[in-house]
Amino acid sequence: MTARVGVVVFPGTNCEHDVAEALGRLGGEARMLWHQDPDLHGVDAVVLPGGFAHGDYLRPGALARFSPVMGAVADFAAAGGPVVGICNGFQVLTEAGLLPGALGVNRSLRFVCRPVRLRVERTGTVLTGQAEAGQELVVPVNHFSGAYRVDPATLERLEAAGQVVLRYLENPNGSQGDVAGVCNEAGNVVGLMPHPERASDPLQGGTDGQVLLRSLLAAALDRSASGARR
Amino acid sequence: MSSDTLPLHRALGLTDDEAQAVEGALGRPPNPLELAMFSVMWSEHCSYKSSRLHLRRLPTSGPAVLVGPGENAGVVDVGDGLAVAVRIESHNHPSAVEPTQGAATGIGGILRDVFTMGARPLALLDPIYVGPLEDPRSRWHLDGIVRGISAYGNAVGVPTVGGELVSAPGYARNLLVNVMCIGVLPTERLALARAEGPGNLVVLLGAATGRDGIGGVSVLASAGFAAEPGAGDEKRPSVQVGDPYEEKRLMEACLELLERRLLVALCDLGGAGLTCAASETAARGGVGIDLDVRAVPRREPGMTPAEVMTSESQERMLAVVEPARLADLQEVCDRWEVRASVIGRVTPPVEGRGRLRVLDGPGGAVLADVPAAALADEAPCYRRPARPPARPRPEDDPGEVPALDPGAAAALVASWLADPAWAYQQYDHQLLGNTVVGPGGDAAVLRLAAPGVPWRGKGLAVSADGNPRWCAHDPRVGTTLLVAEATLNVACGGGRPICLVNCLNLGNPEHPEVAWQLEQVVDGLAEACRALDLPVVGGNVSLYNEAGGQDIDPTPVVAVLGLLDRLRPDLPRVRLVPGARLLLLGRPRDELGGSRFAQAAGRSGGPLPAFDPVAHRRLLDLLVSLVHEPGLLDGLHDVADGGLALALAELALAGGVGAVVRGLPDQRALFSEAPSRVVVCTREPAAVRAAAEAAGVPVSDLGETGGDRLLVPGLLDLDLESAHRAWRGALPRWLD
Repeated sequence: MTARVGVVVFPGTNCEHDVAEALGRLGGEARMLWHQDPDLHGVDAVVLPGGFAHGDYLRPGALARFSPVMGAVADFAAAGGPVVGICNGFQVLTEAGLLPGALGVNRSLRFVCRPVRLRVERTGTVLTGQAEAGQELVVPVNHFSGAYRVDPATLERLEAAGQVVLRYLENPNGSQGDVAGVCNEAGNVVGLMPHPERASDPLQGGTDGQVLLRSLLAAALDRSASGARR
Repeated sequence: MSSDTLPLHRALGLTDDEAQAVEGALGRPPNPLELAMFSVMWSEHCSYKSSRLHLRRLPTSGPAVLVGPGENAGVVDVGDGLAVAVRIESHNHPSAVEPTQGAATGIGGILRDVFTMGARPLALLDPIYVGPLEDPRSRWHLDGIVRGISAYGNAVGVPTVGGELVSAPGYARNLLVNVMCIGVLPTERLALARAEGPGNLVVLLGAATGRDGIGGVSVLASAGFAAEPGAGDEKRPSVQVGDPYEEKRLMEACLELLERRLLVALCDLGGAGLTCAASETAARGGVGIDLDVRAVPRREPGMTPAEVMTSESQERMLAVVEPARLADLQEVCDRWEVRASVIGRVTPPVEGRGRLRVLDGPGGAVLADVPAAALADEAPCYRRPARPPARPRPEDDPGEVPALDPGAAAALVASWLADPAWAYQQYDHQLLGNTVVGPGGDAAVLRLAAPGVPWRGKGLAVSADGNPRWCAHDPRVGTTLLVAEATLNVACGGGRPICLVNCLNLGNPEHPEVAWQLEQVVDGLAEACRALDLPVVGGNVSLYNEAGGQDIDPTPVVAVLGLLDRLRPDLPRVRLVPGARLLLLGRPRDELGGSRFAQAAGRSGGPLPAFDPVAHRRLLDLLVSLVHEPGLLDGLHDVADGGLALALAELALAGGVGAVVRGLPDQRALFSEAPSRVVVCTREPAAVRAAAEAAGVPVSDLGETGGDRLLVPGLLDLDLESAHRAWRGALPRWLD
């Protein structure tokens, strides 16, 4: 059985092929979902990949949340479907209200593209189902607006509820609480700034992102199997 | 003379003789619109009028060359039904006036050159030359340039995988920003910008046309700057403004149009805008084009036809399409939210010559009527008077360079260290998942793949190199050394050199010394490329790099592309590992001519060391085979700028491992920048030695790795911890 993952493409998205290739290497099957099409075509999971959806006009993700596909993504998420936003996709998910918080401009006021060390803080989400708690990963970041921002009370609540999924061991952007990735309460919607698809092949210099993508494929298969039972 | 009495042709940058020649080409005096069109097409930037004559001496053909210089990009067959498109350009003057937009739109232009050919851009490289960072204006330049590359390149979705970052006094007022793009295409998708088929439609794709960039190729790119700080600020309106989001959608739409074979021809709009795209496309196809200037979408009302025809507004392409395919084209453009406007029609030639006519509305008044080839191909061609510069008398420059004590030598080396990570970590250098060896090493190594072109196992290595110190010392020999360095870098990455592109950045060609430098640089390039069987598939000549009458040092940048038949993750890189031997491959040399070491002592060091292409080829072949042998090499680095001393220091810093180096007789051997030498770090020295001897490459033992110092007893003693601080801090110290 093959996990079918929808990869949402907005004009300006640029990591969709990289995500599709990385998922393909791990046995998944990617299907591109055009932003104007409100139909998810029966995929078992959705990835919102990195890039500059709608040119990041206004601010990252601010316009993408209005694309027709986002209504379907919200419905899919509400029904427990696995949804992962990577980098710009994370920004879109926060703008769409599917994840708490917001992503601000990096503390350095500069774009940053380099590998960073992360720690898995929460297992059992659609992105960390196969990871171990406390596992350290090296995965590249690549963003100008990656500083996680949230009011202190909400951050406390997120920490208490285990919604901080990934944490930087060396904070590259000034994120509050060193947050690199968060999930919703149910754990089926996850956003992260690092790019697991950029650490998914030995030729890229690392494979630490594989465990995250494998987790997503497993979550997709679970959903597919439960759907088949229904 | 005040501007209101200046004759129009001079205000537009044409000489009196050139204005006469325009009249001769038309058989009548040109009207102001026609004169404006000629002024941009006959600019130095577009016509290469001072360099064409010399560029003919370059070797441009080879069995793998599919498209040589003269098209939008060079194209080389790399097997498996794939070809690589490559192009390099300068964006010097725009970046000097407005660093962020100048650098950004340089990227936009080079990408369009590459996807015009049907190729998917897979990598960018950005050689940058700015003034000393002690100068706040130079810091503003560099910071802005890097921001421009970061903002545009990252957003348009093409990784920036390499380049150069040089800071030297000669670039304080006239900096250099070169930009190179590599693309890949299935060979059968190769597209040429050639209008055909009278009756076919001419469609303008992309952004609306505004008043930005008017005169960009002529008054901005083809004239020098004045001396005082801020000179050139008044030329800011001639700099274009870029929008990477528009470019991204335009690129996706154009690649889909080519993939679906909906186009007859495609040409980018860059320097000289619509005039250039229309005249070149028509001239290449031997046809004419009627353009309705009113049909061109505009950003603002009140633009004159001359403004529309010469605007360099970014993110525009010119397509030629059969009328029956227009609806399909429109559908693709609508999906990508790219504006497509029919603005003209291909016309048959009249008496054998295609004519570019500008009409005021469909069937309206003829505003301009010019033979397309007169604009595109028949600009004047100059042999500028050339004279070598006065050389210092031998008694004023003894060539000898005094030795330094080991601590002073270490301080000198430390002052040369600069980690380029400050720049390249602001660039997305990983997108597309192709980057095997990223920026900061000898060569960038990439998978040969792109969206729509699955990876089939091959790789590309690429390196862009310049050295104004060598080329000021001896432009001919200096350029041969650049070819040597770039090919060696590519071989260090495991690539077999397959082609070269060049960007010749020079001063004012009306200065006889600069005209001489141009001749010499071309001669050196031709000589080295012929000797290495390396075809030159494209290039750019950027002249008038001067400020206040002071020319920059000749700064040819050569970029070499190499092919790897296979890739593996553990390719050797610039680094040392502990407990290994250091070997020098290539003949030990000690000439100091043109070296940093000599320069630091205020001496020339004597003549530049010569380049021996026969020995060099043997070294290239040996390296490619050693690099591909798993486990044989643990690290390697070519010897160039800064000599063995800097090569060893960079190796040690990257690995965090020191070395003890013996077997060097003196500091001449340590600091010579003579070509065709590589340091390798290996735990299999006997096997490397045997391979070198079998290949006829001299090999000598340098010492062993380990410890926390780079120690060359009696010659150099560098503490790695403090060197590391100097290396990491060199750029952030000034720029953060």
